[in-house]
Order: sequence, then structure tokens, then C-alpha cells
Amino acid sequence: MSKSKLKRYNWFIFVLLFIGSLTMIFPFVWMILSSFKTVRDVYTYPPKWLPSEWKWTNFETVFRMIPFGRYYLNSIFTSVAQTFLQIVLSIFGAYCITFLDFPGKKKLTVLIRSTMFVPMVVTLVPMYLIVAKLHGIDTYGGIILPQVFSAFTLFLISSFFAAIPKDLVDSARIDGCGYFRIMGTIVIPNSKASISTAALFSFLGHWKSYTWPLIITNKDKYRTLPIGMKYLVQESSSEYQVMMAASVMAILPVLILFVLFEKQLVKSVTLTGMKA
Amino acid sequence: MEKAKTIRPALSGAGKVRIFGRTYHRDQLLCALVLMIPVLVAVFMLFILPVIQVIRYSFTNFALNTGKGDYVGIENYKYLFQDERMFKAFFNTACFAVLKLVFDTGLALLIALMLDSNVPLRKFLRSTYFAPVVVPVVASSLIWIWFFDPDVGPLNQILGFFGIQPLGWLYSENTALISILIFSVWKGVGYNVMLFLTGLQNIPDSYIEAAKVDGASNFQSLVRIKLPLLRPITSFIVMIGIINTFKVFAEVNVMTPKGGPGYSTAMIVNYIYEQAFTRGKMGRACAASIILFVVIFIFTTIQSRLNSSKEVSYE
Repeated sequence: MSKSKLKRYNWFIFVLLFIGSLTMIFPFVWMILSSFKTVRDVYTYPPKWLPSEWKWTNFETVFRMIPFGRYYLNSIFTSVAQTFLQIVLSIFGAYCITFLDFPGKKKLTVLIRSTMFVPMVVTLVPMYLIVAKLHGIDTYGGIILPQVFSAFTLFLISSFFAAIPKDLVDSARIDGCGYFRIMGTIVIPNSKASISTAALFSFLGHWKSYTWPLIITNKDKYRTLPIGMKYLVQESSSEYQVMMAASVMAILPVLILFVLFEKQLVKSVTLTGMKA
Repeated sequence: MEKAKTIRPALSGAGKVRIFGRTYHRDQLLCALVLMIPVLVAVFMLFILPVIQVIRYSFTNFALNTGKGDYVGIENYKYLFQDERMFKAFFNTACFAVLKLVFDTGLALLIALMLDSNVPLRKFLRSTYFAPVVVPVVASSLIWIWFFDPDVGPLNQILGFFGIQPLGWLYSENTALISILIFSVWKGVGYNVMLFLTGLQNIPDSYIEAAKVDGASNFQSLVRIKLPLLRPITSFIVMIGIINTFKVFAEVNVMTPKGGPGYSTAMIVNYIYEQAFTRGKMGRACAASIILFVVIFIFTTIQSRLNSSKEVSYE
């Protein structure tokens, strides 16, 4: 790097930003280091940065204290199912409102859009009663189904569809393709990249979902990771090193996804910002 | 946009259907019908029905344990408007919303402006600000519960290093809400940074160059050009910010399960949750949900009005 380039950098601002970014990642560093600490390390003064010995004991303790493996599998299963269903429904709806003409389309589009004004927290109680009536408490269906629709994802995907060249679709039609086939062979393949970004975004949302699974599960068997971790806080009574080990296991997959797909994630955030 | 996109049937004349005086293509109708049915079922079951129910239940004394309720008129609303806890929850949420908006938006703008300047390692720095956004809220709350521990938490030790008296953080009525706010800003500021940064990068360089030629200082081009052009994004951030703070629940429920010392961290959603699932007063909880909805709706509307009246255009 040439000297002039180094000089042109704004080093004062860099230092400020760097201090800020250390603050942002400090909790993660602390979490990872602490997940190896012993009880004694946690309760010494002055605080110890590094664990006195590197052992996996805390991670084993997590599995002994709570059915962590079960929670993990539940979380993976429910998040994948929710994401899949949400994307399928969104593609269906987006295809209809973007490409097809049918009576009442405008009104239905407005109806779907208006669901964005009704946050889940407002309908929490009636939703619980509906699911209870359908015997959905402590079932996977009860966790998954109430969270499968998002107007937001639908319109996001619809905006991807709108960017597909019209000629591509029209020529397929002239070749005699049916409308289902156009969706399957032209529209979806041409927006695969964008759809997977939307899927990733939706998966991360479901992975951390807390309120609904908390309400709808009473049995350990169906609890998801965030709920299990809430109970770990009560169970472990300030055994912070164990809590950190559990956090590491819950956060690490997300951080890996983040590092791999940062560009797409940032893009979807900004897309949503622009869409307002 | 949608209209221009609609597929024009290639075969004119064949398979046409007239409904309400307009012509549709039969195959399109069939396809739309099949695809829209699951979507509409979801919309009905997950939005329309619950919305009808929440209104209906709010006028009953529906109880969780009996599964029954009678019509009680506006009794629930009367109760809520006399309930101190409910006012406390509203007050907490409002304080939290205002503080969070100020810090989240202000800090984010500052960080975004700095990231937009010529600094080394820009990509790395940007990533570190965004990382907490994607991390699950409960898992990261656990880290901060330790940070806030009055005895062995690092924060009090840092304060001690500077000779400041240790604080009670989550365990003291004065600092509990602030503690959650600190967590929340750490967790959420990166989202706004990304939005502001995109906004800044979308401002054509030529605008700034032109201002420079005309002798504008950096500060002038910030106030006169960048900030006005960021207004639409700022409005979006404020709107989303208000709506999201009124929905805050998870971190509060994890960090202070019973609403914190002196009910000082209870938010509206915590109040609804408590009424519905701890006390089993479903009707009352529904009435509170409706009040929450109205508040969110009012803020959203005010915001979008403000936004449209102040639209700037540099084209």
C-alpha cells in the first residue's frame, strides 16, 4: 500500500469505529472464552479473561441439565418446516398477484397487505384459543402452522418476480406452456437466488422465535431451543459458564451462516428498507 | 406494475370467461384459484379469524381455566383504564420506545456516516456492527444477564476500575429498564446502520462533488444534502422502531421474568402475557391487545402522514 493512500485514510474516525466494533464483538468473545471456564474462574476477583484450563465439561453439563439435544432438533425441525411452508405460500401468492389476472385481485392484494398491520402479539391470545380448540397445544403442528404466513415475504418475492423479463414469460406462453408450468420452469428458476435469500432471512427469524413457542408448549418434548434456554437460566442458578456453553451452541450456527451469507443478508435488510 | 406484467393469453377467443363485465382467461383463473386457496386459508385462519376473536373476547370474561366466558360489555376496558400495572406497563414501553429510538437512530446515523468515510477495514467494521442483529435474542440475553450481574458481572468491575459505585443493573428498580435498553441498542443498532449506509451510498457522488465545487464544507454537505436525502430512510427506521418496541417481549421475559423489580421493566406485551397465561384472564388480555393494536396503528399512521408531507426530491 502506498504511503499516500495510508495518509488519505481518516485514522481518527477509524479509531472511533474500531472501539465501537470491539464493543459490539466483546460479548461474543466473552461468551466463547467463558464457556470453557470453571465455576472458580467465574467467581474470582479480579475477573479472569482466560479459562484456567480448556475443558469441554460445561458443554456436557448443558446436556445433563436440560434435554438440549431434543430442543435443538425441535428448533431445526420447526424452523425448517416454517421456512419451507412460508416460502411455498409466498411463491403461490406472489405468482398470482404478479402474473395472473383474476376477479377480486386488487381487493385480495389489499387484504394480504393489511395483515402486515396486525402484529402477532395482538392476536396471541385468540390464536392460542384457536389452536387449543384444534388440540394443537404441545404438537409440532401447533408450533409450526400459526407462523407459516408472512405478507412481508410474499411481497418481497413478488418484487423479485416483477423483475423477471416479461418476454421470457410471454414466449413460454406462446410455446404453449400452462400457467403452472410457467411458474415451475420459468419464474421460480429465474429468481432462485433471491428466493433463497428470502428463505435464509425467514429461517433466521424462525430460529430465534420465542413468544409463540413459549405459549404453545408445556412439555419438554416439544420445546424449542430459545424456550429451553430460558428454563436453563432458572435451572442453572447463576452457573454462568454453563449458560455460556449453551449460548455458544445456539449462536455458533447462526454466526457461521452470517459469515457465509453476509452479503445476501445485508441485501435483504436493505431491500426491506427500500421497500417501505 | 402488476398490471403490465400480467400474462396475456396467447390464444385469443378460446377459453374466455366473462365475470362482472370483464374478460378473463379460463386457465389463468383455474391456476389462480388453486394457488390462492392455500394463501387465503392461511390469511383467514391466521389473521381474519384471530382479529374477529380478539375483538369478541375483549367484551367477555373468558377464563383460561374454565374455557368459558360471558358477555360483560366494556367491563374489561374499564378495568384496564383503572389498573395501575397496565399504566406502568404502558409508561415503561413508552419510555423504552423513546429512549431506544433516540439511541438507535442517533448512534446508527453516526456510525453509518463514519463507515461511509474513507477508513481502512471498512468491510470488517461493518460486519461487526451487523453481527448482533442476526444472533438469536435469547442466547444473547444470556450473555448480558451475566454482564449485568451485580457481583460477578464484568460491567460492575469495569465501573469499579474507574472508581464508580457498583450498580444493581437488572436487580434495581432504577436501572433495570436502562439495562435492557443497553442490551437492546447493542442488539439492534446494526440494522439501522445498514439501512443508513445503503441510503448514503445511494446518494450520487456528483451531488457531493457539485457542492464541493460551490465551496460547501463537509459539514454543510452533510446538513444540506445527505441528511435531507436520508429522510425517507429515517422515517422508515422510526416507524419500524416504534412498532418493534411496542412488540418487545422476549428479552424482557428472559432477563426479568416477573416484570423486574417494582414492575419496572414490564412492557405491554408482558402485561398481556401475564393477564392471559399467568392469571388466565383471556378477556382482559384481549382488551389490552386491542389497546396495543390501536396505539401501534396510530403511530404508524402519524408516521406515514409525516413522511408523505415532507417528501424531498432532488431530481
